[in-house]
Amino acid sequence: MIYRETGQFKTNYSDDQALFPIAQDRYVILAVLFITFVLVPVFINEYWLNAILLPFLIYALAALGLNILTGYCGQLSLGTGGFMAVGAFSIYKLMVAVPELGFIPLVIISGLITAAVGTLFGLPSLRIKGFYLAVATLAAQFFLIWLFNKVGWFFNYNATGMITSPPMTLFGVMITGPEGVPAAKYLLVASFVAVFALFAKNIARGRIGRNWMAIRDMDIAAELIGVRPLLAKLSAFAVSSFYIGMAGALYFSVWLGSAEPTEAFDINQSFLVLFMIIIGGLGSVLGSLLGAAFLVMMPILLKNILVGGFGTNSALAAHIEIMTVGALIIIFLIVEPHGLARLWRIVKEKLRLWPFPY
Amino acid sequence: MTFFIEVVLSGLMAGVMYSLVALGFVLIFKASGIFNFAQGVMALFAALTLVGFMEKFGMPVWLAIAGTIGVMIALAWLIERLMLRHLVNQEPIILFMATIGLAYVLEGAGDILWGSDVKLLDIGIPQGASDWMLDTFDIYVEKLEVFAAVTAAILVVFLAVFFQKTRIGRALRAVADDHQAALSVGISLHTIWVIVWSVAGIVALVAGIMWGSKSGVQFSLSLIALKALPVLILGGFTSVPGAIIGGMIIGVGEKVAEVYLGPFVGGAIENWFAYMLALAFLLFRPQGLFGERIIERV
Repeated sequence: MIYRETGQFKTNYSDDQALFPIAQDRYVILAVLFITFVLVPVFINEYWLNAILLPFLIYALAALGLNILTGYCGQLSLGTGGFMAVGAFSIYKLMVAVPELGFIPLVIISGLITAAVGTLFGLPSLRIKGFYLAVATLAAQFFLIWLFNKVGWFFNYNATGMITSPPMTLFGVMITGPEGVPAAKYLLVASFVAVFALFAKNIARGRIGRNWMAIRDMDIAAELIGVRPLLAKLSAFAVSSFYIGMAGALYFSVWLGSAEPTEAFDINQSFLVLFMIIIGGLGSVLGSLLGAAFLVMMPILLKNILVGGFGTNSALAAHIEIMTVGALIIIFLIVEPHGLARLWRIVKEKLRLWPFPY
Repeated sequence: MTFFIEVVLSGLMAGVMYSLVALGFVLIFKASGIFNFAQGVMALFAALTLVGFMEKFGMPVWLAIAGTIGVMIALAWLIERLMLRHLVNQEPIILFMATIGLAYVLEGAGDILWGSDVKLLDIGIPQGASDWMLDTFDIYVEKLEVFAAVTAAILVVFLAVFFQKTRIGRALRAVADDHQAALSVGISLHTIWVIVWSVAGIVALVAGIMWGSKSGVQFSLSLIALKALPVLILGGFTSVPGAIIGGMIIGVGEKVAEVYLGPFVGGAIENWFAYMLALAFLLFRPQGLFGERIIERV
C-alpha cells in the first residue's frame, strides 16, 4: 500500500539508472540519514558510543570490505584481522610522523597502504581458489600479526609493544583517545561508513563490479567472455583491503585508542567479520550493515539478559553466551542462508503486493 | 649432525600429531564436502569428556574411553540430526560457517559441562625421553611422540582397510564421489554422515588424547585445528596419505625453520611458517600433494 512504485514514471535514462529508482526507498534513505546525522548525535553518550555505535559502524566498514571480496568477487578470505592490523599500524606510524596532513587523509592513506598489502596477499588467488585460498589467506593473518609483534619499527620500539593513538583533532575538535568528543567521533565514523557504502553500491553495479560478479559465478566462463581474472581478482583484493584498512585505522585510533596486535586483531576478528557478511547477506551492501548491527548487538543483549535478567555469574554467562551465539548462527544459516538482506527483499516484495498474496 | 637429526625427528613426530587432527578434516571433507572447522574443538571436547569421566565419575581408563566414544557417536548423530540434515545442498561457505558455529557451541558446552581450568590427562602413555635411543644413538626422542606416531600408523591402516574393503567404506567413497548417484543406488546419506562424523569424532578423541597428554587439556587444544590447516592444503583436502605426509613435511619444515632461521628474525615463526610453506607449495600444485586433479568445465 505505502510501498508501491505505481505511478512513478521514468522519463529519461538517468532516472532509469538511478541508484534508488523507487521514491519510497529514497525517502527511507533520507530518513535514515537524518536520524544518523542529526538525531543520534544530539542524544549520544559515552556508553552507547563505545559499546554499540562505534563497533557497529567500524565493523560495518570492515564487513563492506570483506563483502566486496567474498560476496561480490567470490574469494573467501580469513585475513581480515591481519589487514585491519595493517590499517591500524599504518595510521599509527602516519599520525606520529606526519600529523599535519589531517586525520581524514591519514585514514585514506592507511587504507591505500592496506590495499597494497592486500593485493600482494591476493596474488595466490590467481592460482588457487575456494578453501585452499581461505587457508592461504590465513598465512596473511598469522604473518602480519607476527610481523607487528616482532619488528620494533612498527610500534616505535616501545617497551610494551602496544600502540597508543596520539591526540588528533579535526576542525578543532578532539577525536582520538578517551578525551575525544563522543558526537564528533560518531559523526566522523558515520560519515566514513555512509560515503563508502554509497561508493561500494556504485562500484558494484558498474563495470568493475560486474567483472567481479562474473568471476564469482564462474571464473572460467568469465575469462572466456573477456573478463581478465588478474585484474578482476586483484582489484577486488585491493578495494576490499582498502575498506578493511580504513576500518582498522578507525578501530584503533577512534574506538580503542590503544591496541596490542595479538589481542586486538586476532583470527576471531576475521571470523566475526565473515559471520557478519554471511548473516547479513553475501553480495549486498545493506546486508553488510545489517549483519554488523546484528552481531554487535546480539552478544550485548545476551549478556544483559543472562547477567541482568537471570543473575547468572559472569563466567558461566560467558560460556552460555558463546554457546548461544554459535547456536544462533547455525539456526540462522538453516533458516535463511542468504542472510538478512534476503529477508528484507522478501518483505519488500510482500509489501508491494499487499494486501494481495500475489 | 646429531642435533640436526634430533630436530628432524622431533619435527616428524610433531608432524604426526598435526596429521592426527588433519585426518579428521579429510574424513569429513571426503564424505560430505564439508570443511569442518570444528575438528579442533571436537578434539578438545573429546579430551575434556574423557578427563571428566575419569575424574568426576572415577571410571577406569578403558571404560572412560568407551564412554567418550559413545559420547562422540551421540554427538555425531545430533550434529547430523540438528544441523547437517537441514543444510543439504547449501553452498560450501555456508556449511563452513555452520561448522564454526558448531565450534562455538561445543566450546561453550565443554566448558559448562567440565569446567574451563587446565586438566592433566594421564591414561598411562609412556612419557619422557626414550632411554634406548639416547643410549644407542645419543638422540633425544620423546616416548609420547613415538607412541603417537605408532597410533597414527595403526589408525591410518585401519582407516585404509575400512575405506577400501568394507561395505560401509565403499558406500562412503560412493558418497564422496557423487551425492546424487550414491542416493540413486540406495545409499542413505544420513546414515553415512552419522558414520563419518562418528569416525571423525573418534579420530578427534585420539588426537585429543595425544595432545592432552602432551600439554594438558585446555582451551588452546582447540587451536591445533589451525595447525592442521596448512597440513591439509599441503596434502590435499581429500587424501588420507596426504594428511600424514603433509603433516610430516610441515612438522619438519617448521622445526628446522624455527631452529635455524628463527634466531635471525626474532623467533616464534612457527605460527606462520607452515602457512607460508604450504602457500609456496600451492603455487606449483594448486590441488595439494595428493589432492584429486582439478578438472574444470564450463
